[in-house]
Amino acid sequence: MAARNETDQMVKIDATGIYYKELNYQLRELADEGVPKVELHNVYGQRYIGTGLRKPLEIEIFGTPGNDLGVFMDGPKITVHGNAQDGSGNTMNDGEIIVHGHAGDTICLSARGGKVFVRDDVGYRAGIHMKEYQDKKPKLVIGGTAQDFVGEYMAGGILVLLGLNGRKEQRANFIGTGMHGGVIYLRGSVESYQLGREVGTAGLEETDWRILKELLDEFTEHFGGDAGKLLKHDFIKLFPLWLRPYGKIYAY
Amino acid sequence: MKTYLPAKFIIERDLEKCIRCEVCVNQCSFDNHSYDAEDDEMRSQSDNCAGCHRCVSFCPTGALTVRKNPIEYRDNYNWRPEIIEDIIKQAETGGVLLTGMGNDKGQRIYWDHLLLNASQVTNPSIDPLREPMEMTTFLGKKPDRVEIGPDGELKTEMAPQVKLEVPVMFSAMSYGAVSINVQESLARAATEMGTMWNTGEGGLHPKLYQYSNHTIVQVASGRFGVHPEYLDLARIVEIKIGQGAKPGIGGHLPGEKVSVEVATTRMIPPGTDALSPAPQHDIYSIEDLAQLVYALKEATHYEKPISVKIAAVHNSAAIASGMVRAGADIIVLDGLRGATGAAPKIIRDNVGIPIELALASVDSRLRQEGIRHRASIVISGGIRNSGDVVKAIALGADAVNIGTAALVALGCHLCQQCHTGKCAWGICTSDLFLTKRVNPDIGARRLVNLLRGWSMEIKDILGGMGVNALESLRGNRLHLRGVGLNDTELRILGVRMAGD
Amino acid sequence: MMKELNLMQNPYQDDKVIDACSIFGVMDTSGKRFSGEGVIRAIANMHDRGNGLGGGFAVYGLYPEYADLYAFHIMYLNRQGQEKVEAFLREKFHLVHTEEVPTRLTPNIVNPPAVRRYFLEVGDARPEEQSADDYVVGKVMEINTGLEDAFVFSSGKDMAVFKGVGYPEEIADYFCLEQYQGYLWTAHGRFPTNTRGWWGGAHPFSLLDWTVVHNGEISSYGINRRCLEQYGYQCTMQTDTEVVAYAVDLLIRKHGLPVEILAKVLAPPLWSEIERRPPGEQKLLRTLRQVYGSLLLNGPFTVIIAHHGEMIGLTDRIRLRPLTVGVKDARLYLSSEESAIRLICPDLDDAWIPAGGEPIIGSLKNPLQPGAAAGREKVLTAVRKI
Repeated sequence: MAARNETDQMVKIDATGIYYKELNYQLRELADEGVPKVELHNVYGQRYIGTGLRKPLEIEIFGTPGNDLGVFMDGPKITVHGNAQDGSGNTMNDGEIIVHGHAGDTICLSARGGKVFVRDDVGYRAGIHMKEYQDKKPKLVIGGTAQDFVGEYMAGGILVLLGLNGRKEQRANFIGTGMHGGVIYLRGSVESYQLGREVGTAGLEETDWRILKELLDEFTEHFGGDAGKLLKHDFIKLFPLWLRPYGKIYAY
Repeated sequence: MKTYLPAKFIIERDLEKCIRCEVCVNQCSFDNHSYDAEDDEMRSQSDNCAGCHRCVSFCPTGALTVRKNPIEYRDNYNWRPEIIEDIIKQAETGGVLLTGMGNDKGQRIYWDHLLLNASQVTNPSIDPLREPMEMTTFLGKKPDRVEIGPDGELKTEMAPQVKLEVPVMFSAMSYGAVSINVQESLARAATEMGTMWNTGEGGLHPKLYQYSNHTIVQVASGRFGVHPEYLDLARIVEIKIGQGAKPGIGGHLPGEKVSVEVATTRMIPPGTDALSPAPQHDIYSIEDLAQLVYALKEATHYEKPISVKIAAVHNSAAIASGMVRAGADIIVLDGLRGATGAAPKIIRDNVGIPIELALASVDSRLRQEGIRHRASIVISGGIRNSGDVVKAIALGADAVNIGTAALVALGCHLCQQCHTGKCAWGICTSDLFLTKRVNPDIGARRLVNLLRGWSMEIKDILGGMGVNALESLRGNRLHLRGVGLNDTELRILGVRMAGD
Repeated sequence: MMKELNLMQNPYQDDKVIDACSIFGVMDTSGKRFSGEGVIRAIANMHDRGNGLGGGFAVYGLYPEYADLYAFHIMYLNRQGQEKVEAFLREKFHLVHTEEVPTRLTPNIVNPPAVRRYFLEVGDARPEEQSADDYVVGKVMEINTGLEDAFVFSSGKDMAVFKGVGYPEEIADYFCLEQYQGYLWTAHGRFPTNTRGWWGGAHPFSLLDWTVVHNGEISSYGINRRCLEQYGYQCTMQTDTEVVAYAVDLLIRKHGLPVEILAKVLAPPLWSEIERRPPGEQKLLRTLRQVYGSLLLNGPFTVIIAHHGEMIGLTDRIRLRPLTVGVKDARLYLSSEESAIRLICPDLDDAWIPAGGEPIIGSLKNPLQPGAAAGREKVLTAVRKI
């Protein structure tokens, strides 16, 4: 099923009818052999793609990968030509996921590192409990809008909401509820009732613009568009008001 | 605000015995003792005394006594002193009452109503001191049957198995909740005794990597410290859904306990609150549990058993059946009396069910469904001695976890102040001045001694029953009889009345 | 013994039967009928969400030749059960036609019950004051709670439920579902936690032509059930899915509420959100919650509810279970996972994930027009009319 091209630099796999366990096993073997890049065609719902890889590998997916894409991932780069389902980038340590479409719920749940770019919308609880650690700082850039509880429990990392789907401003409620670390950059504005109690808003400072520019450069590189023009829009910064949101709720 | 709370204890000092050495001053982490240099006098005030007996144990001349404060309220069966004092605390703080350790209320302890059997005349008892007595236990999924090929070769491939020399493991206690010295004591004792210790959800300190073959690592709702190396090092990976002391709720490790070292193993910045959400946000349903179980199997290349831990709650039997069908190789049930480093008191004392009943109904259900062999059952929550261990195994457990008993072996006197971070015994704290009170050399020795004592007792009990392998007792409820239990309790436990 | 419905469905007498699953639905809103082949492939693609202890399908527009007759589908444990029920049917109805439901040998389907279908006309036996529908519901309950060794699992007109113990693709194979045509199909793969599975306990659940497939566990089940019992429903199956079916029957058939309002009862907005709505809407939503608070379905759920001419997808109000919508020409797809839709229709006009509590409705009265991304707006405007 795996077809290699002449130079052995890239392997194509037709994933039709291959169960995820077998598919992931093949990916691990190829990575161990030192193959730098794999194309997966006809992917329909295979779970955990990119999980358990111990070597760097570039994976291009054509189709709709299953849940937990890149769960516990540590390094590979995955490009999805299509939509992604729930749990992409779950507890990811390092690596990159680029989705040319939308993604489902809890994208980047508890991610500690790596970068995820989604061209369109995402589902509920995007970036929930993302953290950062030493030089690790997960980045999640969402081209469209997110649904409720985006950035819930956020403890670190950078989340960007661009709202470019042309339909509507951000409609999510409970944005950043329980947030106690990290930062959210949001194009346009939101009503205060849409924000979690633990979230403050501010304008962007120079360092913010610099970080945002870098991410937008990458975003437009993946999906097209003009980062310079985007940067002329209004953005707000959402940040945690307290590092210890629940320090005072207990009686001893 | 002036507090209306009376002191819980009174400290008494025998001035004839006191040599003013100030050991008590140094040992008390609740600031009850002081030395007045001007008057050359030792003073004690009792307001903050937790009754931990650290000063009593370390006073070289036995000059100190700690007694309950005999403050007497007018008798009232409804408004007991504890209830009155809880209201006072909340009126003064407006907060959620926190506490530590396990449920201390009077719900029935079923272990005390179960009695064990022994051989007399019709079959011989066995003397474990001179004859073989096997306690080896393997945790992990077992297949439906063994297949032998035409040439007599074994065709069955076993799922990963973990061997225990003694059916007692250490409960999950995270670094941050307990100190690194406590974890090191547990890890070393587990390694020496051929059993397992459990990281809890605080990550794994590099100092303890060397004990990884006896380490269960947890993946819990906060995902703290979960990274590829952590999963690689583990012998067993445990998904923590719930805990007996606080079923259904998350946790907050307060920022002041997140020291630089704690932050390193949790992989978060120092000083921030470590928030554990109530649910795992990728598990909202049974098919989601299956998804995470298999995500971990993928991540560990199907080389390690995946354990799933839940608190014992009303529908445990049905839930456990679903967990087994979701691919869990080990299921852990933590009962009403399971302990914690910090939990809301109202949850600890009111949510969940006793472990004995949960174990009995889970084991029975899995057998009725014909899937008992597909997962091992481990229980915890108030196991106090080897008698409890044997009864649990007879009810159907493969092994038990001990948490409180292990901490008591390290010095804990159950003063229930774990949540304050001031543990004078240096167990449940990250204060470096206090944590060095647990010396891992001594701690490991005390834990090994405890397990060794229990092992010998378990062997004695087995021998008395006339069996020389633990598997002959496992799930063998005919070796149990109940006393003082009603028909419903006997039915759920699946045991007969004594004399019947 | 089939009469002990509780024991069949809930052998250990748990509070309720807990299960979770994969769900799928597809409707041709122009009414064109199509084979079940794609639906079967789609639900099979979500194999890992179930555990082989239940699978099922509902098909609408199935029996055009008998479109006006109640189509009873009945499973039998033995010959005596069949004889008794057939005598009962001849006494209470006009039996126009009956036949065995064709099946084929399928490796993993063990001990299947005998399944027959009956096309019935409500005759003179019906008391005048009772509607034909109520009469049929009463007779179904009578058989299911009174007659031994028989269970009616489908009773609507021009539609049927096919279900049993096995993975859904195995059940489809067993009932030869690729040979049937319908304009609306729903499907379910089950993951029960407290039963070895019983044929009658698989989804879809049905009452007349209403069917429900469900993913999740409804934490409010205890009070939902007691509320419905006050209105005369007997929750014989002790599952939360049954409660959804009865709630729909109560609110739509008996209380005459539109589907959009039904969604606001089962998954109402938060009080804080209600307070931000314009006064008229606020009053409506507040009243609904005040009156039907006991029917709020709390906890994780996604359901696909169907009846003639309509398919409704709905998730709980904080969307704890997934649902993806796909649109292609006049067809509306609902699925737990998008990959299942893409497998049978790779070039969707549009695909999206609806917000929690927002109903997605496909209707013959409001057919989707062929053409690009118009699909989403069409579906959403239909819903936002309220």
